[in-house]
Amino acid sequence: MDLTINHFLTMSAILFTIGVVGIFVNRKNIIVILMAIELILLSVNINLVAFSVFSGTIAGQIFAMLVLTVAAAEAAVGLAILVVYFRNRGDIAVERVDLMKG
Amino acid sequence: MELIAFYIFAAIITVSAMAVIAARNPVHSVLWLILCFFTAAGLLVLIGAEFLAMLLVVVYVGAVAVLFLFVVMMLDVDFVELKQGTLQYWPFAGLVGLAFIAEIAIASFARESSGRDVFNPAPGAATNAEAIGAVMYTDYFLLFQLAGLILLVAMIGAIVLTLRHRPDIKRQNIARQTARRRADATSRVSVEPGKGL
Repeated sequence: MDLTINHFLTMSAILFTIGVVGIFVNRKNIIVILMAIELILLSVNINLVAFSVFSGTIAGQIFAMLVLTVAAAEAAVGLAILVVYFRNRGDIAVERVDLMKG
Repeated sequence: MELIAFYIFAAIITVSAMAVIAARNPVHSVLWLILCFFTAAGLLVLIGAEFLAMLLVVVYVGAVAVLFLFVVMMLDVDFVELKQGTLQYWPFAGLVGLAFIAEIAIASFARESSGRDVFNPAPGAATNAEAIGAVMYTDYFLLFQLAGLILLVAMIGAIVLTLRHRPDIKRQNIARQTARRRADATSRVSVEPGKGL
């Protein structure tokens, strides 16, 4: 039995699911939520590269690189927001981020 | 052989991803995330996408290291306890390090011994990086520029968000310094005898 694209798609789907579940499980810790988002993006990347390699077209790897760029930008801005929030509040507890609720 | 290597990698990725979301200690969470990304890079090496694999290690593991700093900085981590507990992290960190080495060995060995080439990671070029470079700067030039623009916007956004002018710190104002004249700084007072200022 050979290594096929189905192996990669299945593993990537599992990883995606773990990431989504992680967001729901860790409602309190925003840093772990960010990590779960990174896991989701990683699974998307694995999907893109697998399709690219198994179909013999390079475009998927370019797209994977763009996803990587967006992920890096997202992490930078997300952490900057966290820093500002921490500066204002002194902690980063997610359940108390309802300041702007009327 | 490749299939065995794939199953090993897939098992490590799944277990470490679950550990990321289940770990009580966020520091452990970050270490598991690093292991997960590293294993994903090994998986990409396995199918020949070396450039993306190295990019994953550089960008993600680098970014995750910064994330780690934020964990240490922001959460309620007792620094005295953290320093005392350095020893207790050694077995765990050593395990992760051993996994890294084993993965490098597995990925390179499985790739060497495959013999056949069912994957096509570099269509129309000698190496994977060459194939990517051939289209990235030609067909996908606009997307490439757009990616740079996104990074620029993210950089400016992060700076604008975190920059603050603290009024309690003295700063050098060069314009005010050079615009200062003698008349502004000194004054002539005639002091009457026996009175002082």
